[in-house]
Amino acid sequence: MQLLEYSFLRYAFWGSILAGIGCSLVGVLVVTLQIPFLGVAISHAAFAGAICGIVLGINPLWMAYLFCAIVTFIIGPLADKANFRPEISVGILFSLMLGLAFLFLANIPGAKTEALSLMWGSILTINRTQLLIMAITSLLVLLFLVFLFKQIKVVLFNRQVANSLGIPERFIYYTIIILCSLVITANMSSIGGLLIFSLLINPAASALQLCYTFSRVCIVAVVIGVGSCLLGLLLSYHWNLPTGAMIILVSSIIFMLSLIFSPKKGFLKKIFLLKESI
Amino acid sequence: MNYSTSEAVIVLDSVNVEYGYHQALHQVSLCVLANSCVTIAGPNGAGKTTLLASILGLCQIRTGLVKVLGRDLRDSPKFIRKHTGYVPQNVGIDPQIPLLVWDVISFGRLAHSSLFHNFSKKDKETIEEAAELVGIRHLLNRPFGYLSAGEQRKVALARVLAQQPKLLLLDEPLANLDLPAQAMLLELIDKIKSEKELTILLVSHDLTLLPKSCNQIVLMKKGRVILSASKEVALREDVLSNLYDCPVKVVPYKQRGAIFVEGKS
Repeated sequence: MQLLEYSFLRYAFWGSILAGIGCSLVGVLVVTLQIPFLGVAISHAAFAGAICGIVLGINPLWMAYLFCAIVTFIIGPLADKANFRPEISVGILFSLMLGLAFLFLANIPGAKTEALSLMWGSILTINRTQLLIMAITSLLVLLFLVFLFKQIKVVLFNRQVANSLGIPERFIYYTIIILCSLVITANMSSIGGLLIFSLLINPAASALQLCYTFSRVCIVAVVIGVGSCLLGLLLSYHWNLPTGAMIILVSSIIFMLSLIFSPKKGFLKKIFLLKESI
Repeated sequence: MNYSTSEAVIVLDSVNVEYGYHQALHQVSLCVLANSCVTIAGPNGAGKTTLLASILGLCQIRTGLVKVLGRDLRDSPKFIRKHTGYVPQNVGIDPQIPLLVWDVISFGRLAHSSLFHNFSKKDKETIEEAAELVGIRHLLNRPFGYLSAGEQRKVALARVLAQQPKLLLLDEPLANLDLPAQAMLLELIDKIKSEKELTILLVSHDLTLLPKSCNQIVLMKKGRVILSASKEVALREDVLSNLYDCPVKVVPYKQRGAIFVEGKS
């Protein structure tokens, strides 16, 4: 608790909690909707956009939002079409965005510290404005889930069924994609442009190994997401290592543990069943 | 087309549907009377699924008129979807999907509720009644993704029953099921038909597996309705041979009969 006397650590503490909430909840939606690849393309677009902003002398956050919006409006409708394999467009856009990011990176005059910090994140340097943006995006995701909880479940189950019931499934589908890009951009500077995808996927994938209901998956994913961020922050502070990398490392270890201890098809359960059958 | 539509639940008049350059439905006209059980059959790509989709307005209708439950689809799509239960083809649900059987059946109630509505006591009772009728009350708290294919189809039927519809659209309800599961589901469809007095429209590939209550067969080929008639008229060797473009032998057996493909040689 003494650590929280420093204002930068206080911001990092709240930033970790907000990143954990926003990323985990959006992660549950994209993983259950089976479009996690969208997160890859969007996170790399945000990274390329931010570096482009540095090169052009424009606020990196706004440029990140612009690049995300472009990629979202290209991939969203493509992933929506049943007769088009979205992996192809994601593959092309993912490589294009990474190529652009490196191109912009090479054109930054002088030290590249700001750009590189976007790559691996620096939650210890976030300011009040960034914290506010993270809080707003996390709140938007929460409100979306709370008010449309039942309708979202139908869309995750089968979009055709949702449509036949008169549920605005396209609105829900595109809101999920837009929220995904907002959360990624808002959290990019703290977690890192290349690492944030793991914070989307790992808590959701871990929670899916442990729970059977959607509400529990959301809650457990948030607990894992926030826990990974706080533990990652603490470890990075003690060992003087990049925070984003530590957060991802912790969340990946939690995912591996959830695979082992999963009550569904976990390794331990398989061993137990094997012994029983012998 | 001049149908007497006083008792008609579905009226399609010269309906055309296109997917890009492919004409999925070509001048389709059809009349389905209230409380009937209609089977739509035909070879792959005949437009059977598109026909169901056009009744609900799930596909873009280029020209033609669709009237369901006495309402024009263009004017009342919400009303039609509210009172029509639709079970799409089984698309393979992810076993990890975090939904219980109760969740899936409860989706049917959402057709009757506004966006921010909470389930009332009556809604919960309707959900449990639907599960009871289909015989899956004991599965209500089980994860949906871990059920067998037959059980998942039962849940799909319970879901549409919870919707309390006037019309049921079932797309290939028997596909990829073993024989006992197919027989069980056919009995269930007959039971639902007799207890709920619904109009049922089902797509089937297997003309030997029809519900006993089926009183009309619609045969489709290349996006056109080539025949809409009773079982006795539709299940004739000359009609089926023409439909499938190969010699077909019909062997009468009790009420259903067996259908064999004789081969071209």
